[in-house]
Amino acid sequence: MAEVRMRNLVKTYPGGSVRATDEVTLDVADGEFMVLLGPSGCGKTTLLRMVAGLEMPDDGQVVIGSRDVTYLPPRDRNLSMVFQSYAVFPHKRVRANIAFGLRMRRVDRAKAKRKVDWAAELLQLTPYLDRYPSQLSGGQRQRVAVARAIVMDADVLLMDEPLSNLDALLRLSFRAELKRLVGEIGTTTIYVTHDQVEALSLGDRVAVMREGRIVQCDNPISVYDVPASEFVGGFLGNPPMNFLTGTLAGTNGQVQVDLGSQESLPAPARLAEFRGKPVRVGVRAEAIGVSREPRDDAARCVVEVFEPLGASVLITATLAGQVIKVQAPASFRAEPGEELWLVLSQDSLRWYDPDSGVALIAA
Amino acid sequence: MSTVATPPAAAPTPEFTELPPVDRAPLRRLRRRRVLLQVACVLVTLFMGVPLYLITLAAFSSRETLNKFPKSLWPTELSTDTLKAFLSSTGVLPAFLNSIVIGLGSLVLALLIGAPAGYAIARFLFRGREPYQLFLLLTRALPIVVLSVPLSQLFLRAGVYDTVLAVVLVHAGLSLPTTILITASVFVAVPRDVEEAAQLFGCTRFEAFRRVVVPMALPGIAAAAIFTFVLSWNEVLAAAVLTLNNRTLPAQVLVSLSDSPIAYRFAGGFALVVPALLFILLMRRYLLNMWGSTLR
Repeated sequence: MAEVRMRNLVKTYPGGSVRATDEVTLDVADGEFMVLLGPSGCGKTTLLRMVAGLEMPDDGQVVIGSRDVTYLPPRDRNLSMVFQSYAVFPHKRVRANIAFGLRMRRVDRAKAKRKVDWAAELLQLTPYLDRYPSQLSGGQRQRVAVARAIVMDADVLLMDEPLSNLDALLRLSFRAELKRLVGEIGTTTIYVTHDQVEALSLGDRVAVMREGRIVQCDNPISVYDVPASEFVGGFLGNPPMNFLTGTLAGTNGQVQVDLGSQESLPAPARLAEFRGKPVRVGVRAEAIGVSREPRDDAARCVVEVFEPLGASVLITATLAGQVIKVQAPASFRAEPGEELWLVLSQDSLRWYDPDSGVALIAA
Repeated sequence: MSTVATPPAAAPTPEFTELPPVDRAPLRRLRRRRVLLQVACVLVTLFMGVPLYLITLAAFSSRETLNKFPKSLWPTELSTDTLKAFLSSTGVLPAFLNSIVIGLGSLVLALLIGAPAGYAIARFLFRGREPYQLFLLLTRALPIVVLSVPLSQLFLRAGVYDTVLAVVLVHAGLSLPTTILITASVFVAVPRDVEEAAQLFGCTRFEAFRRVVVPMALPGIAAAAIFTFVLSWNEVLAAAVLTLNNRTLPAQVLVSLSDSPIAYRFAGGFALVVPALLFILLMRRYLLNMWGSTLR
């Protein structure tokens, strides 16, 4: 086990003009579960591959434990990895697949067998040890890949979208299983995914990436609740965070945001210095209160679409001409065209600069 | 204000009308096509099989039976006399041995050079990759007759003329383009992930190639092997020009064919066909699949 330190990692693929990762610096603590999250092409897989040694950085440094591994071949880094496509060896039986890394390291036969049996037990593969991967289902193949990775006692466990090839139901159950497993063995883990739910559910910390840079790295609750930028708020959450455009106004101690059509919301006093400037207000769909009766502290909206989702209902409405999605309790009913009053409490509102998309911070 | 949305008015149920009769014409067409396909398969098989059968029959007939008329199409009077006579005639057994050694030798040589080349074409995007593949095929554009004369001179000077090695070199050279292109197409199908996994779990690049990529590419390697062996087994011209005493079987048969009795020719034909067939049969299991399913 060890911590991983990445420093100013730069990688441009041959023939490419854009940097796949652009001076990325990230520390993963010993035993931490770090999730790299981002849309495809954001550089998360490139970053993982540079830690793995499958890709050489143009500049920067990778340190595992206290050892510089920047340009070491993969086999000398004491890592193990789970691939998106499982990457099990089709010509080897399950037992040989799991034991592959141990055999390459010339681990004593009896010890290797003990480890294989332990991993097979843990991943419920014991009945399949003598089968070939082609005789297994996708979920079982991914279990083999995970077993192969955990028997290594590696310093760092790397996972590259290990759940994305599984069907939805299997993904859900395997996700919980993976969390339990990694928690038990306690290895430092770097996990790449584009699935925000996976990231939130698994990570001790989530690093959200965009265009080769880390835009926010924090624990899942903070990343979800206090997005550092509009991009993060829009990428995490289903539905994504709502953003309303307005202008900050007010006199003396009072600050408010005018959304147009005479609708306004109170804003925190710390934003007083931005008075007169445009602003983007972010709010989560489930943080909005809904009322049928007119209220002083609520904004009027008109229902456009009403969608029952089982556990809740999703209302798409227009507030001062801007689209807003509201999540309401499952028993709530509304008709298109109906008027509703939305309670947007101040502590659920996030404030962003409309040009850069970055959260507004008073100097 | 009602809170429960009223369901949309139910669509009027369609009247219970009579359905049109089942149209069986497409099914009949499908069946007819299937039968035609089977017939075509049988015809093609016969086209290859009947000559083989006749040669075998003739090779196992005595000289008298062969000259009888009308000939029987069924194996009524089997004898191994002709075959024995053929095999014991001078030069045949050594030539037979030469053929096998040369076939296997050129197979090994072609794979040793060709498989890594195929891997390079499959994995690396190097400058001139496309022209290189075309250039490979160009080596087959020169007729062997044209190649043979300068090659004989070269081999004479190098002191390898009239040796098994000389023919192995030529046959391996002739089969290299196909070996490279066939193996390249299989290496492309081996996922890169699997190779990377091998490297991560302790292999060097070469070990990953040997332990993971080659086993996964076995079907293609087998195909290339068959191709090389059969090419070498059947090749006459170069083998005849480049050797005097160390003839391969086809070269030997070719030289002695014109002045031999008809029975001898059938025996020679049989001896030429059988080893190649046996080799293909042996390699077949690698060609089809290894682990209870096709690759991937």
